[in-house]
Amino acid sequence: MSEFGGSPPTGLSPRSASAATPVNVLQIFLEFLLIGATSFGGGVVAYLRNGLVAKRAWLDDKAFVELLSISQSLPGLNSTNMAVLVGDRLRGIPGALAGIAGMCLPGGLLMFFVGIFYRQHGDHPLVTAALKGVAAVAVGLVLATAVQLAKRVLEHSSDFVFLAVTIIGVNRLHRSVLTMLVTVGLVATVWYRPRKAQKEGPPQ
Amino acid sequence: MKQIPALLRVFLYLSLLTVGGGMAAFPEMRTLTVDVHHWLTFPQLVHLYSVGQMAPGPNMMMIVSIGQWVSGILGAIVVVIAFFGPTSLLTLVVGRGWNRLAKWPWRTSLQQGLAPVSVGLLLAGCFTLAKGAVTGLETATIAVAVLLILLQYKINPALLVLAGAIIGILSFAPK
Repeated sequence: MSEFGGSPPTGLSPRSASAATPVNVLQIFLEFLLIGATSFGGGVVAYLRNGLVAKRAWLDDKAFVELLSISQSLPGLNSTNMAVLVGDRLRGIPGALAGIAGMCLPGGLLMFFVGIFYRQHGDHPLVTAALKGVAAVAVGLVLATAVQLAKRVLEHSSDFVFLAVTIIGVNRLHRSVLTMLVTVGLVATVWYRPRKAQKEGPPQ
Repeated sequence: MKQIPALLRVFLYLSLLTVGGGMAAFPEMRTLTVDVHHWLTFPQLVHLYSVGQMAPGPNMMMIVSIGQWVSGILGAIVVVIAFFGPTSLLTLVVGRGWNRLAKWPWRTSLQQGLAPVSVGLLLAGCFTLAKGAVTGLETATIAVAVLLILLQYKINPALLVLAGAIIGILSFAPK
């Protein structure tokens, strides 16, 4: 989200930058598998940067930030969008598939078995008690994410109007997420329409 | 088996709602999986989402549990492909054309316009979650405490989830 309304990407580094040291699809899969298996507690971006930039040097910091900006601007989760973009950059569509498969496999397998366990033992009093605590923590986690995100991306007072309308629409008026996304998103986009000063290019 | 097309439809649709993160789709996920299709109850959805916060990787992998419940291994696979397919394809296409998009003046407008909406959808998802998770003074206190801790200190959220389980057992288990 940090790039919302921020400085525009200056262009992506060319594909050939990575051609000097060819990365194969298996390496891409294994690196994302490792990130997908170790990135406990959210904050996948830090794990991605550590693995892809610091350890493997498949990307430089500038390219990483640019790809992250694209990931955050589009629907989808940051982690899987990054896997697609980095995989595609390194090895085209097979690379993208390897990246996202590696990213999703560990957590997916875990939740597969957690789901089976929960279905069998979810009504055990100890499990119910533990989950009551866990669910309360989850609310705090999401709230903290929202506050941190708001601090980064909300710049104008009109943003808070769009924010409030979105929440009221979904939670109070029970409009679908899609309806609010399209209507408020459209109005807000037109509200921030390109001004004449920006015609030559986004402001620096 | 006969639920596969419904799983596919629901999660393809949810995929496109994940603007700013998976939580944006949560209110709709509740409506579709709980109220429309009765695949699970609302407390079960809240529990799976919350437990999913401990899993590594993308933070919506709890969808796998839903797919598994409804249609076994095939259901789990279908759900993952449906939920990540559309957004991944979009990311692939837009990623390749980003250089051209960078010069498009409306791109900044779109990013600026979607920023407050994505925060709003995240909070809307959070309130939906809270309706199931915050049931009294104790749970409200835990949620606020976690919020304050995370805003103040750099701590791995997975540890807080673990702490929540322990506090839950100590305070809510029948004596």
